[in-house]
Amino acid sequence: MRTDLPFALGEIVDDFQAVSARDRLQMLLEFSQELPDLPARLTDHPELLERVEECQSPLFLKVEVDDTPSDPDERAVHLFFHAPAESPTTKGFAGILAEGLDGATVDTIMNVPADLPGRFGLTDAVSPLRMRGMGAMLARIKHQIAALTAPAHSRPN
Amino acid sequence: MTVEKETNPQFSEYAHPERLVSTDWLAEHLGDDGLAVVESDEDVLLYETGHIPGSVKVDWHTELNDQVTRDYLNGEGFARLMSAKGIDRDDTIVVYGDKSNWWAAYALWVFSLFGHEDVRLLDGGRAAWMAEGRPMTTEQPERTPSNYPVVERRDDELRAYRDDVARHIGRGPLVDVRSPQEYTGERISAPDYPEEGALRGGHIPTAVSVPWGRAAADDGRFKSRRELSDIYEGEVGLSGDDDIVAYCRIGERSSHTWFVLHHLLGMPTVRNYDGSWSEWGSLVRAPITRGDDPGTV
Repeated sequence: MRTDLPFALGEIVDDFQAVSARDRLQMLLEFSQELPDLPARLTDHPELLERVEECQSPLFLKVEVDDTPSDPDERAVHLFFHAPAESPTTKGFAGILAEGLDGATVDTIMNVPADLPGRFGLTDAVSPLRMRGMGAMLARIKHQIAALTAPAHSRPN
Repeated sequence: MTVEKETNPQFSEYAHPERLVSTDWLAEHLGDDGLAVVESDEDVLLYETGHIPGSVKVDWHTELNDQVTRDYLNGEGFARLMSAKGIDRDDTIVVYGDKSNWWAAYALWVFSLFGHEDVRLLDGGRAAWMAEGRPMTTEQPERTPSNYPVVERRDDELRAYRDDVARHIGRGPLVDVRSPQEYTGERISAPDYPEEGALRGGHIPTAVSVPWGRAAADDGRFKSRRELSDIYEGEVGLSGDDDIVAYCRIGERSSHTWFVLHHLLGMPTVRNYDGSWSEWGSLVRAPITRGDDPGTV
Protein backbone atom coordinates (compact mmCIF):
# COMPACT_ATOMS: atom_id res chain seq x y z
CA MET A 1 0.00 0.00 0.00
CA ARG A 2 2.08 2.88 -1.22
CA THR A 3 -0.22 4.45 -3.76
CA ASP A 4 -1.25 7.12 -1.26
CA LEU A 5 2.33 8.06 -0.39
CA PRO A 6 4.63 10.60 -2.04
CA PHE A 7 7.03 8.81 -4.39
CA ALA A 8 10.22 9.14 -2.34
CA LEU A 9 8.51 8.05 0.85
CA GLY A 10 6.84 5.14 -0.91
CA GLU A 11 10.22 3.95 -2.11
CA ILE A 12 11.59 4.01 1.43
CA VAL A 13 8.61 1.97 2.64
CA ASP A 14 9.25 -0.56 -0.14
CA ASP A 15 12.93 -0.77 0.75
CA PHE A 16 12.11 -1.52 4.38
CA GLN A 17 9.47 -4.07 3.44
CA ALA A 18 11.89 -5.86 1.12
CA VAL A 19 14.28 -6.93 3.90
CA SER A 20 14.19 -8.93 7.15
CA ALA A 21 13.38 -7.36 10.52
CA ARG A 22 17.04 -7.43 11.48
CA ASP A 23 18.09 -5.63 8.31
CA ARG A 24 15.35 -3.08 8.88
CA LEU A 25 17.09 -2.00 12.08
CA GLN A 26 20.31 -1.67 10.12
CA MET A 27 18.52 0.48 7.54
CA LEU A 28 17.11 2.66 10.28
CA LEU A 29 20.64 3.09 11.62
CA GLU A 30 21.78 4.21 8.17
CA PHE A 31 18.98 6.77 8.00
CA SER A 32 20.10 8.09 11.38
CA GLN A 33 23.63 8.50 10.04
CA GLU A 34 22.42 10.25 6.90
CA LEU A 35 20.25 12.80 8.66
CA PRO A 36 21.64 16.15 7.50
CA ASP A 37 23.08 18.47 10.12
CA LEU A 38 21.22 21.67 10.85
CA PRO A 39 22.30 24.69 8.82
CA ALA A 40 24.33 27.18 10.83
CA ARG A 41 21.50 29.70 10.91
CA LEU A 42 19.49 27.18 12.98
CA THR A 43 22.27 25.76 15.14
CA ASP A 44 22.87 29.32 16.30
CA HIS A 45 19.18 29.75 17.11
CA PRO A 46 17.89 26.62 18.83
CA GLU A 47 14.85 28.60 20.03
CA LEU A 48 13.52 28.46 16.47
CA LEU A 49 13.17 24.69 16.71
CA GLU A 50 10.12 22.94 18.11
CA ARG A 51 10.68 20.13 20.56
CA VAL A 52 8.79 16.93 19.81
CA GLU A 53 7.79 15.89 23.31
CA GLU A 54 6.33 12.59 22.26
CA CYS A 55 9.71 11.21 21.28
CA GLN A 56 11.35 9.19 24.01
CA SER A 57 14.61 11.03 23.35
CA PRO A 58 14.98 14.70 22.50
CA LEU A 59 14.09 15.62 18.94
CA PHE A 60 13.82 19.13 17.60
CA LEU A 61 12.36 20.14 14.27
CA LYS A 62 11.67 23.16 12.13
CA VAL A 63 9.55 23.51 9.03
CA GLU A 64 9.99 26.18 6.38
CA VAL A 65 7.66 26.78 3.43
CA ASP A 66 8.65 28.64 0.26
CA ASP A 67 6.95 31.97 -0.51
CA THR A 68 6.06 31.02 -4.06
CA PRO A 69 4.10 29.97 -6.10
CA SER A 70 0.87 31.80 -5.25
CA ASP A 71 -1.07 28.60 -4.57
CA PRO A 72 0.01 27.64 -1.04
CA ASP A 73 -0.67 23.96 -1.78
CA GLU A 74 2.04 23.95 -4.42
CA ARG A 75 4.78 25.50 -2.31
CA ALA A 76 7.77 23.39 -1.38
CA VAL A 77 8.36 22.43 2.26
CA HIS A 78 11.81 22.18 3.86
CA LEU A 79 12.38 20.09 6.96
CA PHE A 80 15.14 20.47 9.53
CA PHE A 81 15.78 18.07 12.40
CA HIS A 82 18.13 17.79 15.31
CA ALA A 83 18.60 14.82 17.65
CA PRO A 84 21.62 13.87 19.77
CA ALA A 85 23.92 11.05 18.69
CA GLU A 86 22.79 9.02 21.74
CA SER A 87 19.31 8.77 20.19
CA PRO A 88 19.88 6.88 16.95
CA THR A 89 16.34 5.48 16.75
CA THR A 90 14.75 8.91 16.96
CA LYS A 91 17.36 10.22 14.56
CA GLY A 92 16.55 7.40 12.15
CA PHE A 93 12.86 8.30 12.13
CA ALA A 94 13.81 11.90 11.40
CA GLY A 95 16.15 10.71 8.64
CA ILE A 96 13.30 8.82 6.96
CA LEU A 97 11.05 11.88 7.03
CA ALA A 98 13.84 14.14 5.81
CA GLU A 99 14.67 11.94 2.86
CA GLY A 100 11.07 11.06 2.09
CA LEU A 101 9.43 14.46 2.46
CA ASP A 102 11.95 17.29 2.27
CA GLY A 103 11.17 19.40 -0.79
CA ALA A 104 7.68 17.96 -1.28
CA THR A 105 4.74 20.31 -1.66
CA VAL A 106 2.46 21.45 1.12
CA ASP A 107 -0.41 19.49 -0.38
CA THR A 108 1.66 16.32 -0.59
CA ILE A 109 2.80 16.42 3.03
CA MET A 110 -0.59 17.39 4.43
CA ASN A 111 -1.98 14.27 2.77
CA VAL A 112 0.57 11.81 4.16
CA PRO A 113 -1.56 9.33 6.10
CA ALA A 114 -1.22 9.37 9.89
CA ASP A 115 -0.64 5.61 9.92
CA LEU A 116 2.65 6.06 8.08
CA PRO A 117 4.86 4.82 10.98
CA GLY A 118 3.20 1.40 10.86
CA ARG A 119 4.16 0.80 7.24
CA PHE A 120 7.90 0.28 7.59
CA GLY A 121 7.63 -3.10 9.27
CA LEU A 122 9.62 -1.72 12.19
CA THR A 123 7.05 -2.23 14.92
CA ASP A 124 8.33 -5.67 15.92
CA ALA A 125 11.98 -4.66 15.70
CA VAL A 126 11.62 -1.38 17.55
CA SER A 127 8.46 -1.95 19.69
CA PRO A 128 5.16 -0.09 19.43
CA LEU A 129 5.97 2.34 22.24
CA ARG A 130 9.08 3.58 20.48
CA MET A 131 7.24 3.93 17.16
CA ARG A 132 5.04 6.67 18.60
CA GLY A 133 7.76 9.23 18.07
CA MET A 134 7.58 9.13 14.30
CA GLY A 135 3.82 9.72 14.28
CA ALA A 136 4.33 12.67 16.58
CA MET A 137 6.98 14.15 14.29
CA LEU A 138 4.66 13.88 11.30
CA ALA A 139 1.78 15.45 13.25
CA ARG A 140 3.93 18.36 14.36
CA ILE A 141 5.27 18.89 10.85
CA LYS A 142 1.68 19.18 9.64
CA HIS A 143 0.85 21.58 12.46
CA GLN A 144 3.74 23.83 11.56
CA ILE A 145 2.81 23.78 7.88
CA ALA A 146 -0.79 24.62 8.78
CA ALA A 147 0.36 27.55 10.86
CA LEU A 148 2.73 28.79 8.15
CA THR A 149 0.16 28.61 5.38
CA ALA A 150 -2.95 29.67 7.31
CA PRO A 151 -5.74 30.09 6.49
CA ALA A 152 -5.39 27.63 3.61
CA HIS A 153 -4.40 24.83 5.95
CA SER A 154 -5.72 25.79 9.34
CA ARG A 155 -7.30 22.36 9.71
CA PRO A 156 -5.88 20.12 12.40
CA ASN A 157 -4.00 17.07 11.15
CA MET B 1 32.63 -20.63 35.13
CA THR B 2 32.55 -17.31 36.91
CA VAL B 3 35.17 -14.61 36.87
CA GLU B 4 36.95 -13.51 40.04
CA LYS B 5 35.32 -10.71 42.03
CA GLU B 6 36.75 -7.26 41.84
CA THR B 7 38.51 -6.17 45.00
CA ASN B 8 38.16 -2.44 44.82
CA PRO B 9 38.46 -0.36 47.98
CA GLN B 10 35.98 2.10 46.48
CA PHE B 11 33.29 -0.59 46.54
CA SER B 12 34.22 -2.22 49.82
CA GLU B 13 31.78 -0.19 51.90
CA TYR B 14 28.78 -1.44 49.95
CA ALA B 15 26.86 -4.38 51.36
CA HIS B 16 27.48 -6.43 48.21
CA PRO B 17 30.51 -4.99 46.46
CA GLU B 18 30.67 -8.08 44.27
CA ARG B 19 27.66 -6.70 42.37
CA LEU B 20 29.71 -3.88 40.86
CA VAL B 21 32.67 -3.68 38.56
CA SER B 22 34.68 -0.62 37.62
CA THR B 23 35.61 0.41 34.09
CA ASP B 24 39.24 -0.50 34.93
CA TRP B 25 38.27 -3.99 35.99
CA LEU B 26 36.15 -4.56 32.91
CA ALA B 27 38.87 -3.31 30.57
CA GLU B 28 41.25 -5.76 32.19
CA HIS B 29 38.90 -8.74 32.00
CA LEU B 30 37.35 -8.30 28.55
CA GLY B 31 37.63 -11.60 26.74
CA ASP B 32 38.01 -13.69 29.91
CA ASP B 33 36.48 -17.14 29.84
CA GLY B 34 33.22 -17.15 31.72
CA LEU B 35 32.54 -13.45 31.26
CA ALA B 36 29.57 -12.17 29.25
CA VAL B 37 29.19 -8.42 28.81
CA VAL B 38 25.66 -7.23 28.07
CA GLU B 39 24.60 -3.78 26.89
CA SER B 40 21.01 -2.77 27.62
CA ASP B 41 19.77 0.66 26.57
CA GLU B 42 16.69 2.73 26.22
CA ASP B 43 17.42 3.33 22.54
CA VAL B 44 17.13 0.10 20.57
CA LEU B 45 19.84 1.19 18.10
CA LEU B 46 22.43 2.66 20.44
CA TYR B 47 24.39 -0.59 20.69
CA GLU B 48 24.70 -0.65 16.90
CA THR B 49 26.35 2.78 16.88
CA GLY B 50 29.20 1.37 18.95
CA HIS B 51 29.58 -0.86 22.02
CA ILE B 52 32.20 -2.30 24.33
CA PRO B 53 34.18 -4.88 22.32
CA GLY B 54 32.74 -8.35 22.77
CA SER B 55 29.51 -7.19 24.40
CA VAL B 56 26.12 -8.51 23.32
CA LYS B 57 22.92 -6.49 23.22
CA VAL B 58 19.81 -7.35 25.22
CA ASP B 59 16.83 -5.12 24.52
CA TRP B 60 14.33 -4.76 27.36
CA HIS B 61 11.42 -4.12 25.05
CA THR B 62 11.84 -6.60 22.24
CA GLU B 63 13.75 -9.33 24.09
CA LEU B 64 13.07 -9.36 27.85
CA ASN B 65 9.35 -8.60 27.59
CA ASP B 66 6.88 -11.13 26.31
CA GLN B 67 5.62 -9.70 23.04
CA VAL B 68 1.96 -10.48 23.73
CA THR B 69 1.22 -10.55 27.46
CA ARG B 70 2.47 -7.66 29.55
CA ASP B 71 5.01 -9.78 31.38
CA TYR B 72 8.58 -11.02 31.12
CA LEU B 73 9.75 -14.03 29.21
CA ASN B 74 8.97 -17.44 30.65
CA GLY B 75 11.66 -20.00 31.46
CA GLU B 76 11.77 -21.41 27.91
CA GLY B 77 11.97 -17.95 26.38
CA PHE B 78 14.75 -16.88 28.71
CA ALA B 79 16.72 -20.05 28.03
CA ARG B 80 16.37 -19.44 24.28
CA LEU B 81 17.48 -15.83 24.65
CA MET B 82 20.51 -16.62 26.81
CA SER B 83 21.52 -19.53 24.58
CA ALA B 84 21.32 -17.37 21.46
CA LYS B 85 23.49 -14.73 23.16
CA GLY B 86 26.07 -17.37 24.08
CA ILE B 87 25.60 -16.93 27.82
CA ASP B 88 25.96 -19.94 30.12
CA ARG B 89 24.11 -20.38 33.40
CA ASP B 90 27.35 -20.10 35.39
CA ASP B 91 28.80 -17.20 33.42
CA THR B 92 29.55 -13.91 35.10
CA ILE B 93 27.36 -11.30 33.42
CA VAL B 94 28.36 -7.65 33.51
CA VAL B 95 25.57 -5.32 32.38
CA TYR B 96 25.98 -1.71 31.32
CA GLY B 97 23.85 0.80 29.47
CA ASP B 98 22.77 4.37 28.84
CA LYS B 99 20.87 6.74 31.13
CA SER B 100 22.99 6.01 34.23
CA ASN B 101 22.29 2.30 33.86
CA TRP B 102 18.47 2.46 34.11
CA TRP B 103 17.97 -0.32 31.62
CA ALA B 104 21.08 -2.14 32.71
CA ALA B 105 19.70 -2.29 36.26
CA TYR B 106 16.38 -3.41 34.82
CA ALA B 107 18.07 -6.20 32.85
CA LEU B 108 20.04 -7.23 35.95
CA TRP B 109 16.79 -7.37 37.90
CA VAL B 110 15.10 -9.52 35.24
CA PHE B 111 18.13 -11.85 35.13
CA SER B 112 17.76 -12.10 38.90
CA LEU B 113 14.13 -13.21 38.53
CA PHE B 114 15.57 -16.23 36.74
CA GLY B 115 18.10 -16.72 39.50
CA HIS B 116 21.14 -16.06 37.33
CA GLU B 117 23.63 -16.01 40.13
CA ASP B 118 26.53 -13.83 39.13
CA VAL B 119 25.30 -10.69 37.46
CA ARG B 120 27.03 -7.36 38.06
CA LEU B 121 26.66 -3.74 36.94
CA LEU B 122 29.37 -1.64 35.35
CA ASP B 123 29.52 1.36 37.68
CA GLY B 124 28.79 4.48 35.63
CA GLY B 125 27.55 2.51 32.63
CA ARG B 126 28.13 3.36 29.01
CA ALA B 127 28.75 7.05 29.68
CA ALA B 128 31.62 6.37 32.10
CA TRP B 129 33.29 3.98 29.67
CA MET B 130 33.03 6.49 26.83
CA ALA B 131 34.08 9.46 28.95
CA GLU B 132 37.35 7.67 29.65
CA GLY B 133 37.95 7.24 25.93
CA ARG B 134 37.90 3.46 26.15
CA PRO B 135 37.48 1.37 23.01
CA MET B 136 34.12 0.97 21.32
CA THR B 137 33.36 -1.08 18.24
CA THR B 138 30.53 -1.70 15.82
CA GLU B 139 31.77 -5.24 15.22
CA GLN B 140 29.33 -7.96 16.23
CA PRO B 141 30.90 -10.43 18.66
CA GLU B 142 31.00 -14.08 17.77
CA ARG B 143 29.90 -15.98 20.81
CA THR B 144 29.20 -19.67 20.52
CA PRO B 145 25.54 -20.38 21.26
CA SER B 146 25.24 -21.89 24.73
CA ASN B 147 22.90 -24.41 26.24
CA TYR B 148 21.22 -22.35 28.95
CA PRO B 149 18.85 -24.49 31.03
CA VAL B 150 15.14 -23.79 31.33
CA VAL B 151 14.72 -22.22 34.77
CA GLU B 152 11.31 -21.12 35.96
CA ARG B 153 11.12 -17.45 36.81
CA ARG B 154 10.65 -16.78 40.52
CA ASP B 155 8.89 -13.47 41.05
CA ASP B 156 7.87 -13.66 44.69
CA GLU B 157 10.98 -12.28 46.35
CA LEU B 158 11.90 -9.51 43.92
CA ARG B 159 8.72 -8.48 42.14
CA ALA B 160 5.49 -6.94 43.43
CA TYR B 161 2.15 -7.19 41.60
CA ARG B 162 -0.65 -4.68 41.91
CA ASP B 163 -2.53 -6.75 44.50
CA ASP B 164 0.64 -7.01 46.60
CA VAL B 165 0.94 -3.24 46.43
CA ALA B 166 -2.71 -2.69 47.37
CA ARG B 167 -2.15 -4.85 50.46
CA HIS B 168 1.15 -3.15 51.16
CA ILE B 169 -0.32 0.32 51.66
CA GLY B 170 -0.15 1.08 55.37
CA ARG B 171 1.95 -1.99 56.13
CA GLY B 172 5.34 -1.28 54.65
CA PRO B 173 7.25 1.49 52.97
CA LEU B 174 6.54 2.37 49.36
CA VAL B 175 9.21 4.33 47.54
CA ASP B 176 8.22 6.40 44.53
CA VAL B 177 11.40 7.05 42.53
CA ARG B 178 9.86 9.21 39.79
CA SER B 179 10.44 12.92 39.36
CA PRO B 180 8.76 15.31 41.81
CA GLN B 181 6.34 16.43 39.07
CA GLU B 182 5.19 12.89 38.48
CA TYR B 183 4.85 12.28 42.22
CA THR B 184 2.60 15.27 42.78
CA GLY B 185 0.50 14.42 39.74
CA GLU B 186 1.46 17.47 37.74
CA ARG B 187 2.83 15.13 35.05
CA ILE B 188 2.34 11.45 34.26
CA SER B 189 5.78 10.86 32.79
CA ALA B 190 9.22 12.24 33.46
CA PRO B 191 9.93 15.79 32.36
CA ASP B 192 11.14 15.65 28.75
CA TYR B 193 9.30 12.38 28.25
CA PRO B 194 6.02 11.88 26.45
CA GLU B 195 2.91 12.06 28.58
CA GLU B 196 1.82 8.48 28.25
CA GLY B 197 0.97 5.34 29.99
CA ALA B 198 -1.47 6.36 32.71
CA LEU B 199 -4.88 7.93 32.85
CA ARG B 200 -4.40 9.66 36.21
CA GLY B 201 -1.54 11.55 37.82
CA GLY B 202 -0.34 11.28 41.42
CA HIS B 203 1.21 8.58 43.59
CA ILE B 204 0.26 5.50 45.57
CA PRO B 205 -0.98 6.60 49.02
CA THR B 206 1.76 6.55 51.69
CA ALA B 207 4.58 6.37 49.10
CA VAL B 208 7.54 8.59 49.85
CA SER B 209 9.25 10.46 47.05
CA VAL B 210 12.93 9.70 46.47
CA PRO B 211 13.79 10.38 42.82
CA TRP B 212 16.10 7.62 41.54
CA GLY B 213 18.77 10.11 40.45
CA ARG B 214 19.57 10.97 44.06
CA ALA B 215 21.51 7.69 44.19
CA ALA B 216 23.73 8.68 41.28
CA ALA B 217 26.73 10.98 41.40
CA ASP B 218 27.27 13.56 38.68
CA ASP B 219 29.28 11.12 36.58
CA GLY B 220 26.48 8.52 36.69
CA ARG B 221 28.33 6.27 39.14
CA PHE B 222 26.69 5.31 42.42
CA LYS B 223 27.15 7.57 45.40
CA SER B 224 29.14 6.25 48.35
CA ARG B 225 27.60 3.97 50.91
CA ARG B 226 27.55 6.78 53.44
CA GLU B 227 25.79 9.19 51.07
CA LEU B 228 23.25 6.52 50.13
CA SER B 229 22.70 5.64 53.75
CA ASP B 230 22.12 9.30 54.63
CA ILE B 231 19.34 9.48 52.04
CA TYR B 232 17.55 6.16 52.35
CA GLU B 233 18.17 5.27 55.99
CA GLY B 234 18.66 8.73 57.52
CA GLU B 235 16.23 10.89 55.62
CA VAL B 236 13.58 8.38 54.56
CA GLY B 237 13.97 6.07 57.54
CA LEU B 238 14.17 2.78 55.67
CA SER B 239 15.89 -0.11 57.39
CA GLY B 240 16.86 -3.68 56.70
CA ASP B 241 13.87 -4.85 58.75
CA ASP B 242 11.44 -3.27 56.32
CA ASP B 243 9.51 -4.96 53.57
CA ILE B 244 10.04 -2.37 50.81
CA VAL B 245 8.35 -1.84 47.46
CA ALA B 246 9.80 0.59 44.89
CA TYR B 247 8.06 1.77 41.74
CA CYS B 248 8.31 4.34 38.95
CA ARG B 249 6.47 4.53 35.61
CA ILE B 250 7.26 1.14 34.07
CA GLY B 251 9.80 -0.31 36.48
CA GLU B 252 13.10 0.76 34.94
CA ARG B 253 14.07 3.66 37.20
CA SER B 254 12.88 1.66 40.21
CA SER B 255 15.20 -1.19 39.17
CA HIS B 256 18.02 1.29 39.71
CA THR B 257 16.71 2.10 43.21
CA TRP B 258 16.05 -1.60 43.88
CA PHE B 259 19.72 -2.26 43.10
CA VAL B 260 20.79 0.50 45.50
CA LEU B 261 18.58 -0.67 48.38
CA HIS B 262 19.13 -4.38 47.92
CA HIS B 263 22.71 -4.73 46.74
CA LEU B 264 24.48 -1.57 47.87
CA LEU B 265 22.70 -1.00 51.20
CA GLY B 266 22.00 -4.68 51.80
CA MET B 267 18.31 -4.46 52.62
CA PRO B 268 17.09 -8.03 52.28
CA THR B 269 13.45 -7.53 51.35
CA VAL B 270 13.00 -5.13 48.46
CA ARG B 271 10.59 -5.70 45.61
CA ASN B 272 10.22 -3.79 42.37
CA TYR B 273 6.65 -3.04 41.28
CA ASP B 274 7.20 -3.12 37.52
CA GLY B 275 3.53 -2.46 36.76
CA SER B 276 4.34 0.87 38.37
CA TRP B 277 2.45 4.05 37.59
CA SER B 278 1.48 3.03 34.06
CA GLU B 279 -0.61 0.32 35.71
CA TRP B 280 -1.65 1.89 39.03
CA GLY B 281 -2.57 5.22 37.44
CA SER B 282 -4.94 3.46 35.06
CA LEU B 283 -6.57 0.96 37.45
CA VAL B 284 -10.23 1.66 38.06
CA ARG B 285 -10.82 2.68 41.71
CA ALA B 286 -7.20 2.36 42.77
CA PRO B 287 -6.52 4.91 45.53
CA ILE B 288 -4.34 7.85 44.51
CA THR B 289 -2.84 10.78 46.39
CA ARG B 290 -2.05 14.08 44.69
CA GLY B 291 0.40 16.70 45.81
CA ASP B 292 3.53 16.64 47.95
CA ASP B 293 2.07 14.80 50.90
CA PRO B 294 2.49 10.99 50.93
CA GLY B 295 -1.12 10.65 51.98
CA THR B 296 -2.77 8.12 54.24
CA VAL B 297 -4.32 4.69 53.99
